[in-house]
Amino acid sequence: MQHGLNYDVAHMLAGGLVLVSFMMLYQVRLSSLLRVFAAHAVVLALSVAWQAYVQGAPHLFVTAAIALLFKALVIPVALNRIIVRLGIYREIETVFGIGLAMLVGMGLVALSMALMLRVTAEATPLAREDLAFALSVVLLGLMMMVTRRNAVSQVVAFMSLENGLILAAAGAQGMPLVVEISVAFSVLIAFIVIGIFLFRIRERFDTVNVQALDSFRGERS
Amino acid sequence: MALIIDLNIQFTEMFLVLLLSPLLTGWVRKVKARLLRRQGPSVWQPYRDLARLLKKEVVLAENASWLFRVAPYLIFAATWVAAALVPTFATGLLFSWCADLIALAALVGSARFFLALAGLDVGTGFGGIGSSREVMIASLAEPATLMIFFSLALIAGSTQLSTIAGFMQTPEVGLRVSLAMALVAMLMVAIAENARIPVDNPATHLELTMVHEAMVLEYSGRHLAMIELAASLKLLMYLSLVGCVFVPWGLSPVGGGLARHLLAAGLYVGKLAVGGVLLALFETSIAKMRVFRVPEFLGAALMLSLLGVLLLFVTRSF
Amino acid sequence: MTPVDIGLGSVVLLLALVPVGIVGGRRAAATPLLYTAAALISLLALANALGALLQAGEPSVIVLPLGLPWLGGHFRLDAVSAFFLAVINLGGVAASIYALGYGRHEQAPHRVLPFYPAFLAAMNLVLMADDAFAFLLCWELMSLASWGLVMAHHHHHDNARAGFIYLMMASFGTLSLLLAFGLMAGAEGDYAFAAIRAAGHSPGVAALALGLALLGTGSKAGLVPVHVWLPLAHPAAPSHVSALMSGVMTKVAVYGFVRIVFDLLGTTTWWGAMVVLALGGVTAVMGVLYALVQNDLKRLLAYSSVENVGIIFIGLGLALAFRTNAMPWAAALALTAAMLHVFNHSLFKSLLFFGAGAVLTATGRRDMEELGGLIHRMPKTSFAFLVGSVAISALPPLNGFVSEWMTFQAVLLSPSLPQWGLKVLIPAVGCLLALAAALAAACFVRAFGIAFLGRPRSQAAAEAAEVDGFSLAAMFGLALLCLLAGILPGLVIDSLAPVATILVHDRMPEQLGIPWLSIVPIAASRSSYNGLLVFLFIIMSSSLAAFVIHRLASKAVRRGPAWDCGTPDADPATQYSAGGFSQPLRRVFGTFVFLARERVHMPQPGDARPAVFHVRLLDPVWSAVYGRLGRAVDLTAGRFNKFQTLTIRGYLSLVFLSLVTLLTGLAIWL
Repeated sequence: MQHGLNYDVAHMLAGGLVLVSFMMLYQVRLSSLLRVFAAHAVVLALSVAWQAYVQGAPHLFVTAAIALLFKALVIPVALNRIIVRLGIYREIETVFGIGLAMLVGMGLVALSMALMLRVTAEATPLAREDLAFALSVVLLGLMMMVTRRNAVSQVVAFMSLENGLILAAAGAQGMPLVVEISVAFSVLIAFIVIGIFLFRIRERFDTVNVQALDSFRGERS
Repeated sequence: MALIIDLNIQFTEMFLVLLLSPLLTGWVRKVKARLLRRQGPSVWQPYRDLARLLKKEVVLAENASWLFRVAPYLIFAATWVAAALVPTFATGLLFSWCADLIALAALVGSARFFLALAGLDVGTGFGGIGSSREVMIASLAEPATLMIFFSLALIAGSTQLSTIAGFMQTPEVGLRVSLAMALVAMLMVAIAENARIPVDNPATHLELTMVHEAMVLEYSGRHLAMIELAASLKLLMYLSLVGCVFVPWGLSPVGGGLARHLLAAGLYVGKLAVGGVLLALFETSIAKMRVFRVPEFLGAALMLSLLGVLLLFVTRSF
Repeated sequence: MTPVDIGLGSVVLLLALVPVGIVGGRRAAATPLLYTAAALISLLALANALGALLQAGEPSVIVLPLGLPWLGGHFRLDAVSAFFLAVINLGGVAASIYALGYGRHEQAPHRVLPFYPAFLAAMNLVLMADDAFAFLLCWELMSLASWGLVMAHHHHHDNARAGFIYLMMASFGTLSLLLAFGLMAGAEGDYAFAAIRAAGHSPGVAALALGLALLGTGSKAGLVPVHVWLPLAHPAAPSHVSALMSGVMTKVAVYGFVRIVFDLLGTTTWWGAMVVLALGGVTAVMGVLYALVQNDLKRLLAYSSVENVGIIFIGLGLALAFRTNAMPWAAALALTAAMLHVFNHSLFKSLLFFGAGAVLTATGRRDMEELGGLIHRMPKTSFAFLVGSVAISALPPLNGFVSEWMTFQAVLLSPSLPQWGLKVLIPAVGCLLALAAALAAACFVRAFGIAFLGRPRSQAAAEAAEVDGFSLAAMFGLALLCLLAGILPGLVIDSLAPVATILVHDRMPEQLGIPWLSIVPIAASRSSYNGLLVFLFIIMSSSLAAFVIHRLASKAVRRGPAWDCGTPDADPATQYSAGGFSQPLRRVFGTFVFLARERVHMPQPGDARPAVFHVRLLDPVWSAVYGRLGRAVDLTAGRFNKFQTLTIRGYLSLVFLSLVTLLTGLAIWL
């Protein structure tokens, strides 16, 4: 029974992460996208914390705390301030329709399930599920980066992708703490760099739509 | 003897939902009014409305056909039969084997089919707009409902609602991500199906975005009463459905004593009251969507429910 | 006399009617005579088929000295043939009775009468054929006879085009079937079905034969992407023939598929099942989406046939998947669901085509934008059409629901399949099936609501009159059968047991012994459905409510003008139109399914021209497959065009060159 409950909660939380990824696909406003991203990070933190408890690995608690602090609080608040300052609080555009994006997302989840559960046949059920869900989150994040034009939502998509990687790492039982902390900090640095970048783009082109860069390079009309 | 008791329970449940449904509607309205700092009408107002409508004469449009006059009774009957299949306070309903969850979704579909036809019967612009949008909403909500029911059926190994409700009380269910997805999708679908706020506004009458009210615009008197009652029943049915599947605790099992049944019935009314408050809270905290945002909303519900089923399919191997 | 003798006897009788049609085609007396005779003969064949199906004895076989000299003409009647014969002859009886009334309005009876009995006879023959040669010959006869019927009103340009496309697709289908049989018969070339069945087939051959059979029979049944001829050809024929083509001939195609894949081929693969499932799911949704945007009532019905064929193929695909994985009981459920849908669809589709034909007779219109308000002028027809609409929308308690319910039950059995592809595909197909069912309801709300309800949109619709007794009798007979099959499905399911036993070596549990006439596909704790009780409950509670209210409250009625939020307008053009009704759904699905393009031309203020709203819908299959194919053919033909104007010397040198090439080839080969 104990094992059953462990598995159930982990499964539930990892699945919840996929669910929140889908919710991010569905959001059309930057402000609500940020809120959902914060929820994504909270679910990730819970999931990692549960793994820490189940595996008896206290260093994973640190990972969870970092995720909770930076991704659920600091970064969303900072990004929120950025979009307020940029005056794009209510703005978003997607390359193709939400329905189609959800449909493709379903296909991606099916793909990662079919792939991961098959290639990891020997691993424990917990790790298998975790890896399958993690791959789904990564793919969904990647797809969101492809489909969104706004630089801010691309940043959010990138970080949700990174959340998927952390989920995979937590499930794989064995990534050392140093690596995790360095990953977390690299993300933070990436965030800062991108944040500065955003303002530079804005300064030059008066928009954060990355299509403007394409047209500047002369790629599209 | 056992048959008589079962029959009693079945009929009690059938009439209980019929009697309670206007109260639920009144309760939701009351809570909404209080949240808006209004006094609001009494919770018994829907009963008074129904009684008044029943006594009034019917004003029929000149070219209304027989279908227009028959439809309210058919809509009411189909909804009532569907509601009778949902365990409210006791599982193991006598009639639950004669139609399962899929049939329940189809019965609701039958009611909607006739309602949409009635909207077209007189040949007015408003009726047409309502019917046209209703079928658009239904064409996405129905598959989502069926997918949710698939999730439940796969988990419980049965499509019969009584069996599912019984199974949901056992500890074998566990926490499942598919169930969470089904719950979220179910709530989204229930909101759309009952013409509640982000999708449609049950309180408005003169708005170009109305759907349900536009279809029933030509109805009056006892016909309107039947349709209003059917709408209340449908809301109650969805709440009971969510209740018996996702919060099944307290349902009295087959062969429970009278005291057990009474306790369960009290608990059921409590669940409904809580559900009504939550619904009112949700409705007051959100703005109505544009009509062409609704397909995206329901498309999301459909995808969620499908994802739930997909997860069940692929994780069945262990 | 064995059943096959009687079956062939009725075919001979039907063929004997062909000369009657040719000789007396232009006389007024020929129409009732021929249709009466056709109805009686079909009734005989129906009784014979039902007898053979219910007795479920040994298949009866006969070898006639016809056809290829070393092969002979093999004919055989087993339970599978008997079931399909029953479906087809039931449709034949109904269509013949309907035609007794409808045929009187026929403009060119001499173009219909000779082909009609030949068409019926050919369909009967296909079902009894027991060797590849006889099968293909009868299949071609069926195609040609129906082509003749499609071309009955050949003066319309559209019909001529439909006939041409139909002929092309039919030839393509027969070619595929020819190749499939050639593969299965192997090098020895024994084309009798018994020999093909006995021979083992390597997986490669089986896969190729499955693909070819899918193409060949699918092109007749209307599977996407080889469906394009169907919505053009079916509505072009006279309405009773449309009913036969849509309700019945598509079932002959299903028979062809079932016979080849389940019976003859023996070995099947799970990815073959995946192909069938995916095609079925796509066909179901695409078919109903196209149906939803059609304004022509008969074309709408034809597209809806495409949808239902998709549903049938979903059932067949599930049966294949279960059969491959040695789950015969589940395969029996899926197959029975598919067969039940074959039966149900033949009932309600014939009924609906009869209704469309009655509307055509009464108003001369097929375009829904010119109909409306017919429920007042044609109350009986509209009631029958309503029953058909409810049935095809898969709503309880009518029959369409039962077969879809059983298909859903089969979908729910599939998580235990071992293959990952199936695990991922089947829930998606289940979702497509649910989507198709919901869209079908929307489609028939629109069809019935626009054509029969509201106010008349044209003079012709305002002056319509109820049709004759024969047409009504045919429609009401089918409507009654729809209801009976819906509330007593156990009867049909039990009689399908021998069919399932032949095809998947198992059957569904006996249904008639279950109390209260419920149906229980697997186990009582798992799922059950009782159409009879649902029907009774709905009838009882609605009449109870009506009775109580009328007695205790009020039954006063006053007629007044429509309210319409205080803005009623007497002009019928202010109603919702068929195009307007489907606009929201067109917007939801339109962009990537139909390539819909809307164009609004709004004149400047002060300009007296009317505003124009134009919608263009394109079947993507046309532009993606057939458009390119046509252009390629055109291009090649253009290249070869110059060969037509060579000199004599040029032609002679061509002949000489090809002779030398062939001889060289031979020299290298040997």
